[in-house]
Amino acid sequence: MAYSDKVIEHYNNPRNVGSFAKDEPGVGTGVVGAPECGDVMKLQLKIGDDGVIEDARFKTFGCGSAIASSSYVTELVKGKHIDEAMTIKNTVIVKELNLPPVKIHCSVLAEDAIKAAITDWRKRKGDKVTAEEHPAKSKEA
Amino acid sequence: MLKKPVYMDNHATTRVDSRVLDAMLPYFTEKFGNAASRNHSFGWEAEEAVDRSRNQIAALIGAKSKEIIFTSGATESDNLAIKGVVEFYKDKGNHIISCVTEHKAVLDSCRALERAGKATVTYLPVDKYGMVDPDAVRRAITDKTVLITIMWANNEIGTIHPIAEIGKIAKEKGIIFHCDAVQAIGKVPVDVEKAGVDLASITAHKIYGPKGIGAIYVRSKGPRVRLTPQMDGGGHERGMRSGTLNVPGIVGLGAACEISGKEMPDEAQRLIQLRSQLQAGLFERLDEIYVNGHPTERLPGNLNVSFAYVEGESLLMGIHDIAVSSGSACTSATLEPSYVIRALGIDDELAHSSIRFGLGRFNTLEEVDYVTDRVSREVKRLREMSPLYEMAKEGIDLKSVNWKS
Repeated sequence: MAYSDKVIEHYNNPRNVGSFAKDEPGVGTGVVGAPECGDVMKLQLKIGDDGVIEDARFKTFGCGSAIASSSYVTELVKGKHIDEAMTIKNTVIVKELNLPPVKIHCSVLAEDAIKAAITDWRKRKGDKVTAEEHPAKSKEA
Repeated sequence: MLKKPVYMDNHATTRVDSRVLDAMLPYFTEKFGNAASRNHSFGWEAEEAVDRSRNQIAALIGAKSKEIIFTSGATESDNLAIKGVVEFYKDKGNHIISCVTEHKAVLDSCRALERAGKATVTYLPVDKYGMVDPDAVRRAITDKTVLITIMWANNEIGTIHPIAEIGKIAKEKGIIFHCDAVQAIGKVPVDVEKAGVDLASITAHKIYGPKGIGAIYVRSKGPRVRLTPQMDGGGHERGMRSGTLNVPGIVGLGAACEISGKEMPDEAQRLIQLRSQLQAGLFERLDEIYVNGHPTERLPGNLNVSFAYVEGESLLMGIHDIAVSSGSACTSATLEPSYVIRALGIDDELAHSSIRFGLGRFNTLEEVDYVTDRVSREVKRLREMSPLYEMAKEGIDLKSVNWKS
């Protein structure tokens, strides 16, 4: 299969590979996919108290398109508010990377990873916020 | 100087040997006759060439010349053998014994017969090395069994089945034994007489011959095997396969067989050496890699390895100047990992991580060293990027994780 130049570029020079410590404050971790399906993405977002995504890291087990999708997503979400990040659709990734139909599931997985990471952050923050007496905010989250 | 890309996918196809090409060329131009033309020298010349090729093929597999029927390749040979036997012997029975790791040409021929209500098929499992148990073949036989079809050597993992033992059982029970011998012929000794094989599929392009030409061995005595033709027409090839003979292709197949037969002992030894070097080099540089297939009963040029925590297609992408193939789902249209690797009972994750190296006549030690180095470096890079590798290194048992997929 021929890959698009952008997939190859991300594959050769993946952005933001790595991990934050899972218990680091402000970090939300999303792990999606399954090894037996040949795709596992781990996306971590460092999110400020204002809900803006400050930094991102990924690790991916999967084909070149899966690696490229997660690499692109780390760039895409940086600087965005989580509310906006939650609305990112997989089609944006498909378009940017020129993914063929057989690789669309890679983009879906990347979209799921964003949502999973933000959900994890909200869950962790929610607990903490409650403890810090900000019940309103935790409810909102 | 190493020439790139490096071709190490010789189970898929092989480069035509220049000696084979030289033998073929005159049959496109000055010797272009139709082998079925009986009344002029052009025809006689072509027929002579076809006869010579039949002899060369027969000599390689211990058959008689008249037992070689030319086809377009192994897929056609497999179809003709399986459908031809089942249709011809329909009054005797309708049961086939095959194996889960067979080539698609065999499996889909069997399935087509099942769908048409013409046969029932037992697909035998394999052990963790990909080998079928001859006793399982024996146990699967019923009074309706008309055909056993088991390949000589597997195209993905290189495992060589105990063909002679299965042949003995087939003879004992009077059942026709077809063997897809595509990967074995010209690579390891194949003797249809000693192995008790009644039908054998052959193709030229796996043994440094051209694509689009193959043959089927059809036993003429003890028992005389009959087939219902799958191609109707002028009654060529003793009525078993109509169609004007592809004379240049046939000449190429014959030449390829003769060269492979002559050079087999040296070539096999050289390939085993190259493969050992490749295997040792990879194991030296990488942890958690696993060989798929049989440790000893294996084709000389085959090495199938799973690189844990690295997905096969992404690895292929990283080593784009090396031609190998992967059992990864992503390389197939079905999004399923290799059914052959899965049949070994290993985890799907390792099936997704498998790479097949197919060494052949034109590979060099220099290429093996290059591939070893290139693959090792890419596996390490991808593992640094792999969440599974990270989890495994943290001591997390990946099987205990509740994956949301």
